[in-house]
Formats: sequence, structure tokens, C-alpha cells
Amino acid sequence: MSNIPDHLKYTTSHEWIRIEGDSAVIGITDHAQAELTDIVYVELPEVGRTLAAGEGCGVVESVKTASDLYAPIAGEITEINSALEDAPEQVNESPYEDGWFFKMKLTSDPDLAGMLDAAGYASQIGGS
Amino acid sequence: MADPRRTALFETHQALGARCIDFGGWEMPVQYTGIVDEHCTVREACGLFDISHMGELMVGGARATEFLDSTLTNTASNLAVGDAQYSLMCNDRGGVLDDLYVYRIAREVYLLVVNASRITQDLAELQRLVAEFESTGTVKVVDESDNLSAVAVQGPHVNRFVSQLFTMAGLIAVERPTALEKNQIDVFIFEGKEVYVSRTGYTGEDGFELIAPNDVITTLWGRLMELGQEHGIKPAGLGARDTLRMEMGYPLYGHELNEEVTPLEAGLGYFVDMEKSFRGRGELGYQKNEGPTRRNMAFAMTAKSPPPREGYPVWIGEDKVGTVTSGTQSPSLKTGIGMAYINQPYAKPGTEIEIEIRERRFPAELRKKPLYQKS
Repeated sequence: MSNIPDHLKYTTSHEWIRIEGDSAVIGITDHAQAELTDIVYVELPEVGRTLAAGEGCGVVESVKTASDLYAPIAGEITEINSALEDAPEQVNESPYEDGWFFKMKLTSDPDLAGMLDAAGYASQIGGS
Repeated sequence: MADPRRTALFETHQALGARCIDFGGWEMPVQYTGIVDEHCTVREACGLFDISHMGELMVGGARATEFLDSTLTNTASNLAVGDAQYSLMCNDRGGVLDDLYVYRIAREVYLLVVNASRITQDLAELQRLVAEFESTGTVKVVDESDNLSAVAVQGPHVNRFVSQLFTMAGLIAVERPTALEKNQIDVFIFEGKEVYVSRTGYTGEDGFELIAPNDVITTLWGRLMELGQEHGIKPAGLGARDTLRMEMGYPLYGHELNEEVTPLEAGLGYFVDMEKSFRGRGELGYQKNEGPTRRNMAFAMTAKSPPPREGYPVWIGEDKVGTVTSGTQSPSLKTGIGMAYINQPYAKPGTEIEIEIRERRFPAELRKKPLYQKS
């Protein structure tokens, strides 16, 4: 079974978001990394780029396929996890900790209404 | 689309926790533990693949050898009983209708193992060609695909246990499977049924392919897993099969091969016997004299990059010189690798190229096949 921590918010496109004051940390879920398997390349947005909610901002590649990455909320990229450049397998090994993707400074109050809590995400992936 | 078909081993795969995908109309395991793990297991120990989706066509009758010589690019008449060869079937323009393995299992009986997605077409084509070849009906082409299942057991440890599957010597020539040379086949009795065992594969490792009636394949799979346990056997899916064959530069129909490319362009001239007459020979002879205008080449990325994928453009300076036909991140070489059709005069090992990936270009180099060689 997938690990779905209670303290995070989730999107239907399998990103997780951890809000810390006016910033947020974003990654992909345990379920997503398990579906992708063997992640071999992660392409992240540039620091300083401003993104709208739902905007495509990177690519996660496994041995088999490439999947697009989306900004779950609007904001400006303040930091990326550059360790993933040389160690993309961290996304498989530690999707919620060492395998985080990027941090954003939120440009407005985040609209969390469209996001899922752990139970909501669990039922989404369970029902698919 | 019709519902995908399932092999006799489908429930076995489910019990092993396989993730399945549609492949050529079949619901097949793409992976069990993970593609990289399964790939490395095959390179270092031993992997077991379900390849029951492959087609088995039997060609037999008094002039079967002559018929196959006139139909396929390679020369069946060079085979002794118990020998096998890679071959191709072409259309009149020399385009590849299918690539296949031809096993001579009796003096005038051949087993043709063909691609899953091409079974129906191959059968129709061969039956049409047989009717053209002779009107007396002595050569028969029969599709046994629905009756037969198949597994491939591949890797350096396979020879330690595979012969324990059978008690009796082979019906054709050898005492036991490990006495087979590469590209040889024999028939062994398992649970009272005849099982074709050949020393062939699609991974670049030593190994065997076993073709058996549907009703014994589950027992055969279980027995191989049991015998192989202490030698590190693991089930392996089509994901690893794909990365393994790419490291060897082996073509896959629908990617490197289709009706618009010739065996010479695909770099498979070795399997085309220009000394005999066969379908497509005229066009291929012309192409051989002129020199093909493009050739399928292996390549490897030379700097950090996303994995190359099918369809990506290939550049040299401002010239688009080709297109990627297969690509992945190589688990053995730990770099991006692939195959691509490259226009002449650029298709030479050592040529520096660039692969366009999402509007950016990354450096790569054309290489000789195979990309992976055992150290």
C-alpha cells in the first residue's frame, strides 16, 4: 500500500504540497513514484520562474516513460532540489523527504479548496 | 479495441504482483520488482520471461525447405535438423513484413516464431505465397499460436539448472538442453508433452527459449522458478526485455522495422542471402548496389541528458540527419542509449550527433552494435 502522510495536501495529478507559512514544498507522491518506477531523470523549473496553478513546469522520466510535472499552486520558484540531478533515485527512495522537487513562494493565499487531503487522495488512487 | 488477450500464465503473473500493459493486443507483465532490478538480474544471474504472446507458425511438407528459401531472406536449406536462424520476410519492395526465427525441427518441418502483432498477417501472407509456389498443396502453413505458450529463461546462471527440467534425452540430437549450441533446438518430454527448447534469446545473455502446450506452461514456469531459486532467478517483464535488447542493438518490429524499411537499411544484411532468389530480392539487389541512403545505428549519450525516446530528431549541426527509433536509460551502461535511422553519409560509428529532446539538444555519439559487451 502507498504511504500517504496525513499532514500533506495532494493533487489529482499526484503532487504533494507542504505549506510552511507563505511558502510551499512540492514533490510527487509515493503512489506516483511507484507507478513511474526507476526514476532516471528529473527536469525542474528554474529558480525565479513564476508559475500559475496547474502550469506544466518539469518532467519526471523513468526507464520506460516521461511524465509532466505541474505546479499545484501559483507562486514563484525559490529553490529546487538540485541533488536530484545526480541522484534522481531519491524520488523513489524518499518521495516525501529527500526526494522533494521544489519550493515556491506563494503569490497569494493558496487556494487549497481544490486539493485533496490524505483520505481524499487515498480514495482517488484506490478507486482508479 | 477488443479486450486484450491473456496468456496461460496471466494468473501466475498476478500472484507475483506484476504490473501489466497492453502489448500487441496482449495484456503482458511489464515488470514485477522493477525494470532496472530485473534487467540487472538477467545480466548477473537469471530472469524468466513469459513470451507466450509470440506467434508459432508451422511450415511443413515435401518442398517446405524450397518454399522458405524462396520466401525468406535467409537460407533455410543451410540449416541441419535441430538448427535455427534469424530471418526476415519482405514485401515486393524489400520492406520488412516481419522478422522471425526459423527452426528446422524435422527434415521438411519448420517452426517459425513470429511477432505477436504480425501473426495474422504473416499467416495470410505465407498461405498466399504457398498457393503461388505450388498448386499441389504439399506445403502446409499452420498457426499453432493458440495452442502453444512460451517462456524465455535468460542469464549467465541458467545453464546451472535448466537441464534438470527433463529426465529423457532430446528427440532430435542432444542429451540435455545445455548440450545445445547457440541457435540449436531440440524437443524434450515434460509431463508427457513435447517441449521445444532452443538456445536462443533476445537479451544478449546465454539462455533458452521453451515452447510448450498451454496446459503444461504453468507447471513448467513453476519448476523453473523452483530450480532457479538458489541461482538467483526472478521473473522479468517486457520492460527489462526492451532495455536488454536495446543494449544489444536488436531490432523490434514496429520500431526499427516496418514495411517501409529494408533489412539492409536496418543493418541486417548478414541475414539476407543475395545469392538466392526470394521475395523482395530485386529491390534489395538494387539497393545493395546503390548503397542504402540511411542506416539504423546504435548511439549513446555523451553527457548528462534525459533518456532518448522514439521519435526524437537527430541533428548534426543544422542538418536533421535522422530519427530515434528506440531509446532508454541503459541500466548496465548508466547512460542514455538508443537506435536511430541516420542518413548517409553520416551513419558511421564515432560520428558525433545531437538528440533533440523537448526543444533542447544533447550530445551523443554513434556506436557499433552491441552497445553492451560483457566484461
